[in-house]
Amino acid sequence: MYDGGKILFGILIFLAFVTFPFYNDIGKANVKPEPKIDTPEIQKLPQKKCVEPKAFMKAEHMKLLNEWRDSAVRDGNRVYVASDGKRYIISLQNTCMRCHSNKKEFCDKCHNYAEVNPYCWDCHIAPKEAKIAPKEAKNEY
Amino acid sequence: MSIDRREFLKIAGASAIFALGGMAIVNDIVKDNLEASQFSPEPGALTARKWAMVIDMQKFKTEDDYKKVINVCNSIHNIPDFGNPKDEIKWIWTDTFEHTFPGQQQEFMPESLERMPFVMLCNHCDNPPCVRVCPTKATFKRKDGIVMQDMHRCIGCRFCMAACPYGSRSFNWRDPRPFIKKENPEYPTRTKGVVEKCTFCVERLAKGLMPACVEASNGAMIFGDLTDPNSEVRKALSSNYSIRRKPELGTGPNIYYIIGGADNA
Repeated sequence: MYDGGKILFGILIFLAFVTFPFYNDIGKANVKPEPKIDTPEIQKLPQKKCVEPKAFMKAEHMKLLNEWRDSAVRDGNRVYVASDGKRYIISLQNTCMRCHSNKKEFCDKCHNYAEVNPYCWDCHIAPKEAKIAPKEAKNEY
Repeated sequence: MSIDRREFLKIAGASAIFALGGMAIVNDIVKDNLEASQFSPEPGALTARKWAMVIDMQKFKTEDDYKKVINVCNSIHNIPDFGNPKDEIKWIWTDTFEHTFPGQQQEFMPESLERMPFVMLCNHCDNPPCVRVCPTKATFKRKDGIVMQDMHRCIGCRFCMAACPYGSRSFNWRDPRPFIKKENPEYPTRTKGVVEKCTFCVERLAKGLMPACVEASNGAMIFGDLTDPNSEVRKALSSNYSIRRKPELGTGPNIYYIIGGADNA
């Protein structure tokens, strides 16, 4: 093999570059997003419970929100009967966000982590919090 | 291998039964988590078979009377004010007799009528051309006659604006958020690139309230069920002569105007 040394050296440098992200993260804990629910409204609740059980909300809230949207806007049915029989007014701004008034600590925590950008807030008004970062405030196309 | 008719029918029948059975099983497994029965209308909601409005122009006397109904709509629905007519968003607005009822103006009509501003809003037509042309069904007609706009589906093609003969629809050329004087946190804003219009205040009807303009109009605007002979609108229509905007187009507009008798004649 001609120039074997140089080739091997080159391969080593290449491997070092390619695997950089892996050994750079060794030992660092992967910070899981932990959405916070410590808002005044939620603290007031006798039983800290969302419209449906936590596991369902965690996995299916986007589907639930879509169903809510279609029901309220298209069918005009604005009351949701939860699986435990409780009734809720269907409204993102007035029902969901009344309790979860901490959008940045609740919605954005996971959405940013998962790099998803739901366009809810292009139109729906987020609860007033400390100033929204300019990057989020702009809703560009 | 040959197959006779009897064999063929047997196989075809068996596979049909098998396929249908399979569908039922699949439907059972892939059931949606949410059932339609989990949704219901609000208990105190106002309902009708066909909502309509009568606008009694005799009762609009001062500039303030117009401002009241327009401002209340603008403020509760987060309607922006861009300060220029090109970008204007309007749900309820005014214009002259000639522009409101084109073709019905006369050369020698009362001057008061000629100069008077007329209140206009979406006519919630029986046969809405905007609904017919919408490619995404973003705009649709509800069972109670209200022509609704689903902002989630609107792609901003503006076909509806071309179709509407009343100019009831406005397009958001720019992000409206910075131009809303005071946001109503209970109602959404719109985003750049969608069309919007009057909704007959569906969100208020759902709570059992009359549309905001009707409430603010001091009886100049009457709202009710056109199919109910005892409703306020029917009473107003049966005791007054009324006209509608461009009825000859066949859209079936549901806003009726009482132009007036003694004062304007």
